[in-house]
Amino acid sequence: MLIVDERAAEAIALGAGILGTGGGGNPYLGFLMTRELLRHGAKIAVTGVADVPDDAVVCGIGAMGAPTVGIEKLPRGDEPLAALRALEHHTGCRVTHLIAGEIGGANAMQPLIQSALSGLAAIDGDGMGRAFPELQHCSFSIGGVPCTPAAIADCHHNTVVFPALRDTETLERFARAVTVQMGARAGYAFPIMSGAEMKRTAVSGSYTLAHAIGRAVLTARAAHTDPIAAILAITEGTVLLRGRIVDVERRLVAGFARGRLEIMGTGSDRLREIEIAFQNENLVAWEGPRRRRVLATVPDLITLVDEETGDPVTTEITRYGLRVAVLGMPAPQQLKTAEALAVVGPRAFGYDVQFTPLPGRYGRACPQLW
Amino acid sequence: MIRAGIDVGGTNTDAVLLDGRRLLGAAKRPTSEDVTEGIVAALSAAIADAGVAHAAIGRVMIGTTHFTNAVVQRRNLLRTGVIRLGAPASQILPPFVDWPDDLRIAVGGVGIIVPGGVEFDGREICAYDPGSIRDAASILKAADVAAVVVSAIFSSVSDTHERAAAVMVAEQMPGIPVVCSADIGRIGLPERENAAALNAALIGLADRTTSAFTAALARMNLHTELYLTQNDGTLMSAAVARRFPVRTFASGPTNSMRGAAYLCDIKDAIVLDIGGTTTDAGALIGGFPREAGASVIVGGVRTNFRMPDILSIGLGGGSVVERDGAVVGPFSVGNRLTEEARVFGGSVLTATDVAVTLGRGVLGQDPHVAEDVAGRAGATIDTMIAEIIDRMKTTSVDVSVILVGGGALLVGEAALPGMASFLRPEHGNVANAIGAALGQVGGEVDRVVSFNQVGRQESIATALHEARRHAMDAGATEESLATVEVDEVPLAYLPGDAVRLRVKVVGDLP
Repeated sequence: MLIVDERAAEAIALGAGILGTGGGGNPYLGFLMTRELLRHGAKIAVTGVADVPDDAVVCGIGAMGAPTVGIEKLPRGDEPLAALRALEHHTGCRVTHLIAGEIGGANAMQPLIQSALSGLAAIDGDGMGRAFPELQHCSFSIGGVPCTPAAIADCHHNTVVFPALRDTETLERFARAVTVQMGARAGYAFPIMSGAEMKRTAVSGSYTLAHAIGRAVLTARAAHTDPIAAILAITEGTVLLRGRIVDVERRLVAGFARGRLEIMGTGSDRLREIEIAFQNENLVAWEGPRRRRVLATVPDLITLVDEETGDPVTTEITRYGLRVAVLGMPAPQQLKTAEALAVVGPRAFGYDVQFTPLPGRYGRACPQLW
Repeated sequence: MIRAGIDVGGTNTDAVLLDGRRLLGAAKRPTSEDVTEGIVAALSAAIADAGVAHAAIGRVMIGTTHFTNAVVQRRNLLRTGVIRLGAPASQILPPFVDWPDDLRIAVGGVGIIVPGGVEFDGREICAYDPGSIRDAASILKAADVAAVVVSAIFSSVSDTHERAAAVMVAEQMPGIPVVCSADIGRIGLPERENAAALNAALIGLADRTTSAFTAALARMNLHTELYLTQNDGTLMSAAVARRFPVRTFASGPTNSMRGAAYLCDIKDAIVLDIGGTTTDAGALIGGFPREAGASVIVGGVRTNFRMPDILSIGLGGGSVVERDGAVVGPFSVGNRLTEEARVFGGSVLTATDVAVTLGRGVLGQDPHVAEDVAGRAGATIDTMIAEIIDRMKTTSVDVSVILVGGGALLVGEAALPGMASFLRPEHGNVANAIGAALGQVGGEVDRVVSFNQVGRQESIATALHEARRHAMDAGATEESLATVEVDEVPLAYLPGDAVRLRVKVVGDLP
């Protein structure tokens, strides 16, 4: 059982941004919500995956929709909980534990917020170990947990339950259409599963990892040491390149911000160039020019951070001239199986390249103590 | 027509007089406690320096950090209330939620959330409810607030609710200034609302300050139009500044960079401002500073304004030379340079001593620096300068680099790798005031549009038309209008090619 106080929430938000691989939305507002709840006396604790009983009733939660809308139309706060209550009503089960759909980006804060609002326990794990653009990319779906029943709710507590859908791709499509009607922001609750199913499929220890990354960056900043080295030590990642963004191309394809970035090396990387393709999240990094060699691909994590501060640089704020370090970090083991690669590998996103895992092991070098 | 530019800094107030591109006169005077006396002193001295008649001065432009300082020092702030139209959305993050406690206390910090606001596509979240606005106004009245902000969700898409609420509050609370967040601009509710609340809190000070400026000019027999410079380098009239003091928040570095480029007559360059302790580098594109990604944080509050993208390194005239020249800075003797540097008879080996030894500048007495140490330190300085230039560059093309500031003598004549040449403008020490005097005004539009509904060309044309109208309202001549920015960011997850469209137009005053 790990206690989340203001300091821990700040570190988790920062670490979650770095695990967001360019997408997932900015956790800053989620951090503010968590802090506000803590200041009003809420207690938030995160339970280890192994400590969840097999017969527990676990529900995935998060927010979905357009990040740019999310910075303007702030949430009521309890939208995911409204969706969860609808799911309880539909199934007749009482949920005992909450788990994040994705630790990467803004959704990392949701289990903490909803736990504070409801008293339900949040789990130290998630369904991605990072961020991905669509619901079917989560390890619960990949591991065979049925996606329905699922529910989404908006700020009016307008609620839609999906009792039975063929697969998670279908849920993604249906939920997305309803979310737009809900003002492009909604809270979701899915999948509902047993403690045993969660233990079999979840990425374990992701809050511990996000917290350790965030804490390391904050500590490095305070000590005027290199925050990037601190991130790499914990994630077993590598710097793919240090440089400056020299080209950003963004276009909208079927509701996704797709595009590419070109980053020109500076300093000792002066003669190198990297091209990155993204769909909300960064997908593939090539050594350039003309995509000569693949440096890293999904499901491994490709994250841009500010060269000075170690702050994550999301796809939405990338622009000409920003100075960044491009980090490559190993993906959780669950995402590297043949079944997982069929869903979250480069080919699943339309890139005909081989997934060659980056060295290192997700979470291995992460200190276990808060 | 002769223009006067004034920069009110923390230490000095600078004034210049310009006729077209020609600098007629300049002066520097200490900044006074009340700001106004320093302005009068500097401007009078500049007029004397130029030897021109007061009547020849057609326009006075002031860049000031006065309002920023008031927020930082928590002084002269009005008790401010915020009425947000957005419920049931946004309730978990009330107004003032991310303000430092001392500032929230300084402005009273009463926030009320009522039903209202619209979705990204203009549909109402909740209908406008006059009763709830009336109730909110009486709560704020009871809380004794002296200024009010109304902020509605997506007021950049439709400001109907905000305007209606503003009218209602003005009726309920006569004499109390009301600020609409839509007038502060940009998507991002918390930051826009914060900026609007700071603006409201500053309105009393803005009123007194602009009146004092106008009165001071009148006392000097200058019956001219007064303008203040904004964050992006463009101007607003004193009448607008009285209502929107926050728009001056980041104007300092912007003025300095634009002034430097103007002196060199170029629009694309890297500007290095080398001071006693640090070197600040910025990039100018088309005459305007490249903006940083992060929001401007004033007195601990996140606003929706952008700062120029400035990179700082610990290299300046007072930087301490160590390890026989292998290390220069970041330690600096700072403002004790004139006592501690060897050229001034001190005992500390500084970057200035190295520059004098290498013949890059002439100053004070012989610093007695060994040739090999000076050579090594010179190379260290050159490497640091080349690196910061390389990091600011956005293309591989060689750039021009403008040097300003007291430490500019640290840099040699010869160009460094990756750059075309160094430019050292005459009068670089008053670049701030010159930047203030450039006399351009702008108009901006930032909103979510659907290209499927309206079409891309037409959407952009409509936005540009509005931005041009804003610029002309601000006083720009139609023939001088130029588009400086068209930025489209597709919004993920939305159908119908929804795009956040931002356009900006600038033009010259007649």
